[in-house]
Amino acid sequence: MVNLTIDLGRGLVLRNPVMTASGTFGYGEEYTDFVDLSQLGGIIVKGTTLHPREGNPYPRMAETPSGMLNCVGLQNKGVQYFIDTIYPRIKGFDTNVLLNLSGSCLEDYVRGAEMVDVLDKIPAIELNVSCPNVKQGGMAFGVTTTGISQVVSEVRMVYHKHLMVKLSPNVTNIAEIALAAEASGADSVSLINTLMGMAIDAERRKPRLSVITGGLSGACVKPVALRMVWQVAKAVKIPVVGLGGISNATDAVEFMLAGASAIEIGTANFIDPAVSMKVAEGMKAYCERHGFQKVTDLIGALDC
Amino acid sequence: MKKITDFELIEKEDFGNAVMLRLRSPEPLPDIDPGQFAQVQVNDSPATYLRRPISIHDVDFDRREISLLIQKVGEGTRHLAALECGSTVNMVYPLGHGYSAPDAKERVLLVGGGVGIAPLYYLAKRMSQLGMKPALLLCGKTKADLPRLEEYQKVGDVFVTTEDGSCGEKGITTAHSLWKEQQVDRICVCGPKRMMHAVADIAKERGIECEVSLENLMACGLGACLCCVEDTVDGNVCVCKEGPVFNIRRLKW
Repeated sequence: MVNLTIDLGRGLVLRNPVMTASGTFGYGEEYTDFVDLSQLGGIIVKGTTLHPREGNPYPRMAETPSGMLNCVGLQNKGVQYFIDTIYPRIKGFDTNVLLNLSGSCLEDYVRGAEMVDVLDKIPAIELNVSCPNVKQGGMAFGVTTTGISQVVSEVRMVYHKHLMVKLSPNVTNIAEIALAAEASGADSVSLINTLMGMAIDAERRKPRLSVITGGLSGACVKPVALRMVWQVAKAVKIPVVGLGGISNATDAVEFMLAGASAIEIGTANFIDPAVSMKVAEGMKAYCERHGFQKVTDLIGALDC
Repeated sequence: MKKITDFELIEKEDFGNAVMLRLRSPEPLPDIDPGQFAQVQVNDSPATYLRRPISIHDVDFDRREISLLIQKVGEGTRHLAALECGSTVNMVYPLGHGYSAPDAKERVLLVGGGVGIAPLYYLAKRMSQLGMKPALLLCGKTKADLPRLEEYQKVGDVFVTTEDGSCGEKGITTAHSLWKEQQVDRICVCGPKRMMHAVADIAKERGIECEVSLENLMACGLGACLCCVEDTVDGNVCVCKEGPVFNIRRLKW
């Protein structure tokens, strides 16, 4: 019997290392025909901002080799709507429900975190300081050590549960950013958010996305994500949550070996809506096959 | 209930620009409404990372079969068209909201352009099973764009226009004589956006109920990623979940 439990600290305990990434799994409800949510470590629901946002105009998506670009732009109905309308529907889910919280200014992050802090069934927030598709703020906080220190320490003062900080790969030295998040009170870091990219329709001589650039995700980003998880895991003491192109259990195990304590599945949910559950089963099978009693033995177990 | 199922390709009919795939499920089919679609996985095509949303052309619940009429537009659909009988085709289905169920007293006109005729077959078949006989206006650039016309004739009164005059009246959709001669209470449209706009304009002018099927680029097909949004009177909504069929009153057309 393999022990799959992962304790990420400050009350966030996962049944297994598999979570679903924000923006790829809706509020969980969209996937209940395909996935038994009680078989997952957690779900991270759609990026939410203090005030409602309409997001960017259509088109918001472009398919790329082994991946896709998106520029959704954080379309959501705001924190208060989440609390009043969505939270009552999903608080009974038998898994950890994390809220991905984003903002365009410091005050919005702080106020949003305060409002979510009192929700019993939300054991953690994933602070999104790395959305590449929002004009003001968003990624601006996540690309400098001073920016990330400021937003994480301010949110830390009002948020008492597990604070996960989602990092942008669009930086020169991601380990420095992770260290700044850790020093400012983050309980864990998750990485990577999408890579800034662009697609062009040569026939029409037009960009394929409404706002020209977007975030690249899917299998194509996995080597970049794996490298960054490895660099960050060596630098920080807090747990690292790995994501970026994970499509199967082997990919997930690779992230654990690189130093991740848990993983998130993103774009792969679009290709196989049941993939998250299969990854959880596959990780267990890997541990059995290799004689690991507990999944935590995989963390950073890269032989090099 | 939505399902994810490995279907077996049991019959394929090639129409040049389009292909019809008849697919059999190993398990009973769930309820499927006309206008709903499937997210079809394309294997062994490196350029096709995401599933392809394809409208449901026909359903045979007794035989557990779904038919798709697919236009060969890009790498993904060409890959599907090249599949051999016996191949496995994975589908997530049935997705989205289809056409509203018409009232038995209504005079209904179904308007299809190009491969947009695909979902109208299942819609007309369901109506004919209820004892209705819808009028179908099927439009293409040329006769080759309109496969299976004889099947459509079994489920409704078929009118045809082609831009080159190779079949039916010569001209575009809105130029057909039936717009002058026929009185209708409801129009269900699927086709190129410009054609749907033109039909919607007529419907608005005459105060006729009108539903159109949109095909915005989508990723998840489940309302999770928010990529396929249409700007409506209610703001940005997912075409995959709240559509693909919309009453034109809800659109900013």
